[in-house]
Formats: sequence, structure tokens, C-alpha cells
Amino acid sequence: MLKEAASFITYDFLKLGHGSRLAGTIEFFGYDTAKIFLLLSVIIFIVSVIRSYFPPERTKKILSHKKEFIGNILAALLGIVTPFCSCSAVPLFIGFVEAGVPLGVTFSFLISSPMINEVAVVLLWGLFGWKIAAIYMGTGLLVAIFSGFMIGKLKLEKWVEDYVYQIRTGAGQEVFNQTFRERLQYARWNTADILKRVWLFVIIAIGIGGFIHGYVPQDFLTHYAGNGNPFAVPIAVAIGIPLYSNAAGVIPIVYALMEKGLSMGTVLAFMMAVTALSLPEMIILRKVLKPRMLGVFVGIMTVTIIAVGYLFNAIL
Amino acid sequence: MEIKVLGPGCANCHTMEQLAKKAVKELGIDAKIEKVSEIQEIMRYTMSTPGLVINGKLKHSGKPLPSLEKVKELIKAEV
Repeated sequence: MLKEAASFITYDFLKLGHGSRLAGTIEFFGYDTAKIFLLLSVIIFIVSVIRSYFPPERTKKILSHKKEFIGNILAALLGIVTPFCSCSAVPLFIGFVEAGVPLGVTFSFLISSPMINEVAVVLLWGLFGWKIAAIYMGTGLLVAIFSGFMIGKLKLEKWVEDYVYQIRTGAGQEVFNQTFRERLQYARWNTADILKRVWLFVIIAIGIGGFIHGYVPQDFLTHYAGNGNPFAVPIAVAIGIPLYSNAAGVIPIVYALMEKGLSMGTVLAFMMAVTALSLPEMIILRKVLKPRMLGVFVGIMTVTIIAVGYLFNAIL
Repeated sequence: MEIKVLGPGCANCHTMEQLAKKAVKELGIDAKIEKVSEIQEIMRYTMSTPGLVINGKLKHSGKPLPSLEKVKELIKAEV
């Protein structure tokens, strides 16, 4: 139906001739834009309703005193649905540790949360197909579970800043109950809010697909990080770590890199490095982690993400 | 009345402060609004910022932010 609408606008409304390059581009652009925004609206709405059932306080309760491994899996999954503001990372970390959530499990949560979310998954789905979206989500979970598990195994509790263990949170950690009506209201509000923040990035990403497609010459990046280069993945990850962007912001870059001939594994590893590791995040985490711990965290994440990149380049 | 806005200082925390100020102004009541950004102090009330504390009681925490109407209601209930 969307396809028909796109061709109606292109050929009947704008009166563009069949077969012209401009018409093809506009039809493609219109169809993709409509498809992706429809997907985004529906899925963000559904995820928002689910989210309203998992405030951080409840997630903390679910995860406290969980065994490792099972705990890591649960934490990575809850990281997808628990809403929290980036400014909450420090209080959240302290709250989790204080409630007896194992350190490694806390990390699985903190890693999966920014890396995997509905916006990232929908955009990958709309632009590259559901398989790529599923692969990104699956491996994102693996990275979060594995990295958190390793951190737990290394017993690094002593490298967390000492004051974290001294803070005693007061009463009033209650979950504010909502009616279903309020949840729906929240979902509607949240969907509009997210769309407002990401629409420009989405348009840019689709624009790259629609207009630059086929015109982009091979260049610098492809030369150094292309398929033939065995170091493509580490180079892409190294570039991605200091960069910071949310999943929506990185998508146009991801699209451009794919168009320039980088392989899927390299691009997915780049996207994970950008969303999961960043300088601002490290500055925030430095408040609760001693420098050595921060180093171990970044090290484990980097190695895991690079491994995932190689794995995809090998199998895709 | 004492109102505290809890948050280390991100965009959401700032919005919450504006909401509280606007609500107080529109209700025309006398209230002291204080921005709390120190972690230890925040953790006395909640771990999900931004938070809203009225007369020592946590009234809202985390995302999503409440609407202006909701903030007014919360304040009125404490008058």
C-alpha cells in the first residue's frame, strides 16, 4: 500500500515521467521514508508500553543477588527495556551495587542499554532488512552478556571507588504505580518525543541511500578499512570508541560506510563501538570506577566488539 | 514549601527544574526551589534522575518527565 502511495505521488501528483532517474529516486525516498517512520512509530509505542512496566527500581529488584551468567543474561535483556536518562548512569550504578546486584551483572545492564534499543533495531530493519537487525540485536546482547560476565569473573569490586559502598540510600525507593491509561499516555508522549529527536537523522540516512547510491567513489576509508584489509575491524572500532552518538545519529554514517563498500561486520562493529563506548560515558563512569577498572572495562569491550566484527565478516 | 530538583545536570534535569519553576509561578505559591546535583544527596531519595522532591518526599523520579499539569497537582497536594 505504501508502495502504491509512493508511486502515486511520484507519477500522478508530481507528474514525473516513468523511468527517469529523478522519479526513481523520489519514489524510493518516499516509500522508504513512509515505511521507516511507520515502523518507528508503531514499535516505539509498543516498546514504550513495555518499558513503563520496568522502571529502574523494579529492574534492580529483579537483578539483586542473582547468580552470575543467568544474571548477566537477564541484565542484558532488561537493559533493552528499562528506560533511564543518561544522567542516571552514576546513581543507577550505585543503586544496583548497593542492592546487591553483582558487579558483572550491573555492567551487562549498562552495556546493553545504550547499544540496543528500539530505534537502532527499527532503523537497521528498515534500511538493511530484518536479518541485519536481528544479528545486531543478538550480538549486542552477546557482547553485553560476555563482557559483564568477564568483569564479574575478574572480581574487580576493589577497583570500584570506595565511597560507592558507603552510600546508603534512603527510604522512598518505591515504584510509582501507573494506570494502564497513564502507560498509554506515556507511550504516546515518548513516541512523539523520540521521533522529534531522530527524524532528521533518519531522513539523512534515507537520503544517503536514495541520492548517493551508486555515485560514491571508493575512497580513503575503503582503501584502509575495506574488505581486503585484515585490520579493517580494529581500525573501525578504534575510530568508533571516542566518537559519541546515539543509535539514530550513527545510522547515517553506517549507511554511508556500507555504500562505500565496507563489509557488514566492520560496520556493525563500528556502530557498537560508537553507541556502547564513548568519552563522555567514560568521564561519567570515572566517578564510580577507579582508572584501572575503567581500563579493564574498555579493554574487554573493545576485544569483544572486534571479535564480533571478525565473526560477521567471516560468516556473512 | 521546599522543592528539590534532583539531577546531576543533563537536559532532562534542566527541563524538570523549569517545570517546577513554572508550576510554582502559575500556582502563585511561595516555594523555595533548590537544584541538587550532588550524588550522595540525590541517592538519599532515588537512583533514577531527574527527581522531584516536595517537602522532603519523593514525588517523581526518572523518565518520562511529568507534565506541567501533573507537577502542579503534586505541588497542590502538598500545600
